[in-house]
Amino acid sequence: MKLPLITKIIGLTLLAWSSVQAADLKVSISAEPYPPFFEKQADGKWKGFEVDLANKVCAEMKTQCKIMEVAWDGLIPALKSKKIDVIFSSMSITPEREKVIAFSVPYYFTEAEFVAAKTFKGATTVDALKGKILGVQSSTTHADFAKKYYAKTSKVKYYNTQDELNADMIAGRVDIMLLDALPAVDFLATKGAAALEGKGYAPKDPLFGPGVGAGMRKEDKELKLKMDEAIKKLYANGEFDALQKKYFKVNIKAK
Amino acid sequence: MTWFEQFTRSVVSEWGVVLLQGALVTLQISGGAFALGLLIGLIVAMTKLSGKTPLVIIANGYITVCRAVPELLLILLLYYAGSDLINAVLDWMGYGPIEINGFASGVLVLGIVQGAYASEIIRGAILAIPLGHIEAARAFGCSRGLIVRRILIPEMMPFALAGLSNLWMTLLKDSALISVVGYNELLFTAKQAAGSTKMYLLFYLSVGAMYLVITLLSNLVVERFESRFRRWMPAH
Amino acid sequence: MDFEWLGTYQSYFIPALQTTLLLLLYSGTLGFGLALLVGFARLSKQPFIAWAALSFTNTIRGTPLLVQIYVLYYGLGSLFVEFPAVRDTFLWDYLRDGFWYVVLALAISVAAYVGEVIKGGLRGVPKGELEAARALGMPRLLMVRRIWLPRALQILMPSLAGETVLLLKSTALASTVAVMDVLGAANFVRTQTLRTYEPLLVTALVYLVLALLIEEVFRRLAHRLPTRSGF
Repeated sequence: MKLPLITKIIGLTLLAWSSVQAADLKVSISAEPYPPFFEKQADGKWKGFEVDLANKVCAEMKTQCKIMEVAWDGLIPALKSKKIDVIFSSMSITPEREKVIAFSVPYYFTEAEFVAAKTFKGATTVDALKGKILGVQSSTTHADFAKKYYAKTSKVKYYNTQDELNADMIAGRVDIMLLDALPAVDFLATKGAAALEGKGYAPKDPLFGPGVGAGMRKEDKELKLKMDEAIKKLYANGEFDALQKKYFKVNIKAK
Repeated sequence: MTWFEQFTRSVVSEWGVVLLQGALVTLQISGGAFALGLLIGLIVAMTKLSGKTPLVIIANGYITVCRAVPELLLILLLYYAGSDLINAVLDWMGYGPIEINGFASGVLVLGIVQGAYASEIIRGAILAIPLGHIEAARAFGCSRGLIVRRILIPEMMPFALAGLSNLWMTLLKDSALISVVGYNELLFTAKQAAGSTKMYLLFYLSVGAMYLVITLLSNLVVERFESRFRRWMPAH
Repeated sequence: MDFEWLGTYQSYFIPALQTTLLLLLYSGTLGFGLALLVGFARLSKQPFIAWAALSFTNTIRGTPLLVQIYVLYYGLGSLFVEFPAVRDTFLWDYLRDGFWYVVLALAISVAAYVGEVIKGGLRGVPKGELEAARALGMPRLLMVRRIWLPRALQILMPSLAGETVLLLKSTALASTVAVMDVLGAANFVRTQTLRTYEPLLVTALVYLVLALLIEEVFRRLAHRLPTRSGF
């Protein structure tokens, strides 16, 4: 009959469209700009510390890597459904996440910092921010931190991407925001953030985890071994140091 | 006019090529989804017309869900769950898992969502075909396949055209929702450009204008199509 | 598939549901009022007004709703930086929250789409009734109020039900600008519990129920209106 034939044709076409390149390792960063770790340039190419580091790790692992982009919220689902193989997107290692995916050894560590307008007076303690609007990116350790301590007394706004949060911080829609200290440095240097400044680091908390690691499926044990080895090698042979000097003034190595 | 200079510098020369690529992707996804939606719509419409109760119930359920649940939610569900589902089905059929790239996922998702609306339009169009034509074909001994191919599909087209052209417009606009899952179509590219340059108003207005141009051009093409399909119909 | 998170996150879903319903209510009412104006403007004898209304509906119906929301939210938002004095006005609380931008964007969208529907309905009123009113010497405004508009709405009732369901679906886009509506709450639960499907499935169910409720409300309304087609 005609209809099953059409179904077969559509099915085959879909298969043909799918790029089945089993040899390439699909390494994904988040699709939204997160300078200086990754941002898209006008010519369509991605650049940034994490892009360079990912390429170096792949070279060290002697694997061909394809850099892909997935929305931040969608990274873990995409990993689980095999759309991507590695998450290399400034994702912190947390016990919650470790229940669902595996992480490599941490490859960098950063504090969490508060940023607000220069005219914002007052501390960043839970009491001081009572009634104020605190902005965080959803799916991050900062969101967990905000939810645990600040959600009851302040209004916490969750943004899908750090970029959107930055835009709203500049526009004054949030009173104060909590983000990684390293992108904060980059952000505060931009023209738009002229009226903002850092307001100090968040207190140390186990919620923030030991650092940022590469995410992988739990069953890819071999991949994890290779990745751990590659990262440790880059630490030992000075390549990581050289790379981080290019982007940062501080040492961001994980302990 | 400094904003005009800004416009030409940033939107056109710097990001112009990437934006046009995004527009191309939008058209490709919309085209693929439209074709898939038509196919699904045809199948579902004929299912409903066949009158076999369990199939009709499933068809009605599918249509109700797609008409009541926001497209954004369906896109999130199908995009993340879609490949899981297909792999599960393939598993059950005995094949290994395949990889579905972003493009195929987008087309699949939008096609399934649009298929529900398409099925209602097609069903209405099929019901508008004068019964006499089908009876005559059957009297001549035409097989079902021949009737579908030679009479049903050509004759329902003029009736379905208005609804289907509306569907195409809706599809073009719904393709912008795919940007939320991070797929590189026009709106997503604009978001990245706006975020990079911090010139939000400029880029979003420009992209709005681009969608408008695509829509107006589509309108013209559809009108040409319509006059061609209507050529044998009696003039009202 | 487990749903135990429903207990813990209830406190997020209830206000989120409220937000969705308020979005629907505000944008629906404002939008409908604007749609009436647009509908009449489209039929106006003044060429400029008719043309302006046509351009309005064409532009709004030709661009994605998401783009319109972004233009309002981020576009206006970037203006706040240039005019910091805005923060001292009473409007600031409204301008801060994504909620009102979505209401405005949805209202404009409703004005365009429903405006076209209303235009169709106004045209569909049998001319004889309008001529009778004019023959009886009714002033134009009274004729509009007593005859043209009510008859048009009678004809349009079923379409309005459909448009309201479409509006309900559009409110889900609020989640893209950090508004905690039902979909926003589902996304939040998704990121906190790392479960992909369950929160989305529950939310789909919520929307399904709401859509059915809306259709039921309109069906009851349609029953109560007198329909006397004298053909």
